[in-house]
This record gives sequence, C-alpha cells and structure tokens, in this order.
Amino acid sequence: MSSLGSCLTIRAAILAVSLSAGLSAASRADEVQAKLDYCKTCHGLSGQGYRGYFPMPRLAGQQQEYLQSQLRAFVERRRVNPIMANVAHALSPSMVAALASHFRHLDPRPIGGAPSRSLAAGKRIFDEGLPEANVPACSACHGSDGRGQNEIPRLAGQLYEYTVGQLTGWSRVRGQGTSVDTSAVMAPTAHNMSRSQIEAVAAYVSTLP
Amino acid sequence: MSIITRSACTAALLMVLSALTAPMATAVAGEPTVSVQNCTWCHGTSAQGYAIAPRLAGQRPAYLETQLKSFHERFRDNPLSRQYMWSATAVLGPQAARDLAAYFATIPPRPANDGNRNLAATGRTIYMEGIPDANIAACYACHGPNAEGIRDIPRLGGLSRFYLKARLEQWAQGYHSVPGSPMPLVARPLASAEIEALASYLSFIK
Repeated sequence: MSSLGSCLTIRAAILAVSLSAGLSAASRADEVQAKLDYCKTCHGLSGQGYRGYFPMPRLAGQQQEYLQSQLRAFVERRRVNPIMANVAHALSPSMVAALASHFRHLDPRPIGGAPSRSLAAGKRIFDEGLPEANVPACSACHGSDGRGQNEIPRLAGQLYEYTVGQLTGWSRVRGQGTSVDTSAVMAPTAHNMSRSQIEAVAAYVSTLP
Repeated sequence: MSIITRSACTAALLMVLSALTAPMATAVAGEPTVSVQNCTWCHGTSAQGYAIAPRLAGQRPAYLETQLKSFHERFRDNPLSRQYMWSATAVLGPQAARDLAAYFATIPPRPANDGNRNLAATGRTIYMEGIPDANIAACYACHGPNAEGIRDIPRLGGLSRFYLKARLEQWAQGYHSVPGSPMPLVARPLASAEIEALASYLSFIK
C-alpha cells in the first residue's frame, strides 16, 4: 500500500465526514425554518402577533429568556394553554433556543388596533404606577421603553387584547401547581388593577415601537 | 354517469345560468347593485351551497365582504373563482358587497353532512390540537371552538367536504385569497389524508 493510497483513503474519509456534516447542518436549518413557519402561522408572518379567534401574542423582539421560560411553563402546565402545551411539548431545547433567537431579532411595526381613548392614562400608569392601589410603575421592571429584560417580558407592541386577557386572568392561567414560578411576581400587581386601568395600560404598551 | 362527467355538466349549466343572470344587475344611486338572485342561482335558493358553489348562509359578513372584494380585484384566483366569481363580481361596488354579505350572514346555516363519518374523530383532533410534530397548527386557534369563525376569519363548520377539501388543497398549490393571509403557510404541511379528515369533520358541524 503506497503512501498515496493511504493519503487518498484519508482524503475520502475527510470528504465523507465534511459532506455528512454539511448535509446535517442543511437539514437542521430546514427543520428550524419549518418550525419557524409553523410558529408564524399563528403569531403573524413577521411575529407581530395575530388576531385569530383568540389573540396570538407578538413574539417579535421578545426576550429569549422569557420565551424559553414560558415554553417550559406550558409543558409543565404551570401556565394553562392547551394549544401551547402541545406545541411546546414537541420542541427540543436546542430548537427552543433557535426559535427564541430568531424572534428576538425581528422588529416589525406594532400591529395596532387598540382603542385610543385612554392612551394618556395608560402612559401615566406605565411611567408612575398607581401608588394608591399599590401598583408599581410598569417601567420599573419592563424598562422605560417597555422592551423588558431577560425573564421580564417585552410589552412594547404587544396585542391589546392579549395584554388585557393576560392581566385580567393572571392567577387563573399563570403560576399553577406548586413549583416556583417567576409569574408570582406579577400576581398582586395584576390583581390590584381595575379593568379600565388594565385596558388603558394595554392600549399604551401596544403603541410602543 | 361518472362523477367527472356530472360535474362537467353542472359546471356547464352554471356557466349558462351565470350568463343568463348577468344582465340582472341594475344601476341604483350611481353604483350597480346585484340582486340576491344572481348569487342564489349557483349557491342555492336558501344559500346553503349547491354542488361546487359553497354555502353562504351564516358565513361571517366581514369574510364575505373581503372575498367579494378579492374576486372583484381578481386576487382570489383558484379555477372556479376565475371561472365564475370574477365575472359575477365585475360590476360589484363596495356597498353592494356589504349589503349582500350582511344578507347572507343572517340566513341560518345547515351542515352539509357529506363527509366520511369514520374520519370525523381524526379530523376533530387535528382541528383542536393540530399535529405539533408535523408543524400542523390547530385550526381552533383562529376559527374558534365550534369552527364558527370571527370577523373576517370564515365559519368552516358545516361547509361541504368538496369545498373544504378543494380549498385546503389549493393553498398549497399557490392560489391566493386575500393579501397577508396566513393560510398558505398553514395548509402547506397538510397531507391529503389529513385534509380528507378535516373536511369530513367540519362538514358535520352544526
């Protein structure tokens, strides 16, 4: 066996390895793309959210840690949502990371459509809270631009109906079961806001870019 | 008579009928209006759908209106739309479309019941849960728990298996309905067995 022969064998092996690596990377990219398309069928073609029979929240620009924690909460039934429990159950951790990173970097304009009559009242609650009702300023945790950080979600540009639904139903949907859940932080605040205060702040954040 | 020959005859009959009824459109207050009869020739006298023409009774008025506009603008472009609805809506103005939509929405719908009963349970599971592993979304999220639709999202419950199947197939074939519709993306991963099951299930919904 000549050295040329063994050299060719090695080159063939390298070629085979690099080909299979290339192929699996390509099929992995296809898998992620198919899953992204699937997310966007409900959450909007640019992740801007969508008004179906139920309001489907905006995912665009959302904090990755928040998306990951919520997908886990759906699977563990800490957050009640039959559709999303099934959806999240089918996602591997690496797929979740890829999806969260993709949506984090989308930046479509807010979908709009909120009533505009109480935007000023909403802005006041967002900036200053409601001291008499023990409601802290939203901006204190969610940021003055409403873009959140880490596990604290972005509110900017969120669908009005979705935010209203979440804040009015907080304790029925989130923090279920006995395990520790960051959603508990928000429970007293959601509870202490009236319907009209919730509507005002939901309308305001829906307009934030 | 084979199914193909029969539907060819029906299509020919409908073409003759739409040609006969076209002159019934009359101009009122500067805008041509279309009599309800122009629609019911094909969609059935109580608008419950007939052969290839879908049921209009009980459909969401905002949906009917957007589709009429889309036919008028020649955007909704599947074969039967091109063949019938483009000419049927050629002189249809926005107010007439709104009036027709409001009229048909008030008629109580009856289910077509023409699906395969044995597939209904499978169809219901796909409707309610989707198939997450195959990237098939739950229809329920947009079309509602009883497939009743909302705003411009159509009622699907009780439409005919023929119509539902054709529409679900056409999304993946590249036909259009309204700009920005998520349906091409939604329907792409559906296999023919899943389409058959969904169309069967929906045809029985009251």
